[in-house]
Amino acid sequence: MAYTDKVVDHYKNPRNVGSMDKSDPTVGTGIVGAPECGDVMKLQIRINDQSGVIEDAKFKTFGCGSAIASSSLVTEWVKGKTVDEALKIKNTEIVEELNLPPIKIHCSVLAEDAIKAAIADYKKKKD
Amino acid sequence: MKLPIFMDNHSTTPVDPRVLEEMLPYFTEDFGNAASRNHAFGWKAEEGVEKGRSRIASLIHADPKEIVFTSGATESNNLALKGVAEMYAEKGDHIITCVTEHKAVLDTCKRLEKLGKRVTYLPVDQYGQIDLDELRKSITDKTVLVSIMYANNEVGTLQKIKEIAKIAKEKGVLVHTDAVQAVGKIPVDVNDLNVDLMSLTAHKLYGPKGVGALYVRKKGPRVRLVAQMDGGGHERGMRSGTLNVPGIVGFGKACEIAGEIMPEEMSRLTGLRDQLRHAIESNLEEVFLNGHPTERLPNNLNISFAYVEGESLLMGLDDIAVSSGSACTSATLEPSYVLKALGVGEDLAHTSIRFGLGRFNTKEEVDYVIQKVINNVNRLREMSPLYEMAKEGIDLKSVSWGRES
Repeated sequence: MAYTDKVVDHYKNPRNVGSMDKSDPTVGTGIVGAPECGDVMKLQIRINDQSGVIEDAKFKTFGCGSAIASSSLVTEWVKGKTVDEALKIKNTEIVEELNLPPIKIHCSVLAEDAIKAAIADYKKKKD
Repeated sequence: MKLPIFMDNHSTTPVDPRVLEEMLPYFTEDFGNAASRNHAFGWKAEEGVEKGRSRIASLIHADPKEIVFTSGATESNNLALKGVAEMYAEKGDHIITCVTEHKAVLDTCKRLEKLGKRVTYLPVDQYGQIDLDELRKSITDKTVLVSIMYANNEVGTLQKIKEIAKIAKEKGVLVHTDAVQAVGKIPVDVNDLNVDLMSLTAHKLYGPKGVGALYVRKKGPRVRLVAQMDGGGHERGMRSGTLNVPGIVGFGKACEIAGEIMPEEMSRLTGLRDQLRHAIESNLEEVFLNGHPTERLPNNLNISFAYVEGESLLMGLDDIAVSSGSACTSATLEPSYVLKALGVGEDLAHTSIRFGLGRFNTKEEVDYVIQKVINNVNRLREMSPLYEMAKEGIDLKSVSWGRES
């Protein structure tokens, strides 16, 4: 299976690889997937408490090239968005942007789940 | 050094130029049908076929009359299993094989089960070998065939075929071995092993694709098969169909070369394989050898790189052809059933890479592969949340993973 140029680009030059302090109250951490399934994504977002805007995003991913590309892409997409806007990102948009084949759709689902999990973690810390 | 590098020689091998050279006249000048008995074109083709047959037989210490040509090892396996099951149906309905066999054996067995036969799939130990006592206990008076592969295509593990055959023979059961990965790589002698049927293929030993053979013992015992292809009764009635003359000529030449250079090639490939293994093990932590440490093919190395998903590593090794047991490389999203059978956890199965060295790999290529593997594993580990968690001292087995992807 050949990879699309966009997947290769994200794989070779992943955006925003890294980690933030999990205990920081302004940081939401989402870890989704399982090692047995061959995919684990960790997405972290830093949220401005006043504006609700996601100011920074970092990821680390264990998974195939499409999983790495999907998570790299969502770190670009969520930055600058409000929490509510970020929650509207759909996996189908990731599929479209990266031109993922049907067998890789689960990578995009995982990336969408990672956003939701990170935001849920942030909200939990606020409560 | 030319890129990309081919290091996937268990999947197939390039045709040796000496093989190709010998094949070429049989496409044009000597194009006859080997079954044409009444003119020179047929005689010439038949001569080529018989020379090939002798060379193949010689490599495995068989009689040329014991070689039945097929289209490849999948057909050979089908013919051996289905042909024996049908021929010996009155004697019994039970076949014994093992869980790490190639799909050509496993799926043939499944078909036979649908037709009412019974099949025992023996498990393997952590190295990929079956337990001989378990084999002995599995044989019943209804068992007609034991089919165990010689060398595994993923992890390279060699089965104790001689001992397996001894146990089966004591109980009067026929023995088949899929020796596709072994023939031409290590010494194989059908009489020393005392097997009755053996599947071979040309393209794994630097011959052309589309031609294989089934060794069928003629004496002690004389093995009989029900043909699975009806037609002109070629190959002593066991496999009808016009013979692939250039393919057989090439297969024969490939066997001759393999026999001549085997000792030298075995030691050279073992050296390169061990160099690759030691360099990886000494430069990277948490890498695990899959398969048997010593009882394995000289050209096989299968390693799991913890915390690095296999397909992402293949993507990084973009000018090197190797393969992975990762789910993402298969159509089913299931990781390798062979690694699973060896008890390799699914997490590690996803991180496995198979290196298959071959005749045309050089030391320079191995050096290049080593460097590229190390660089990519390090890069991907820096990107891996699992590696980070492991470094923090978190036991990944104790984590309750939220979602099954």
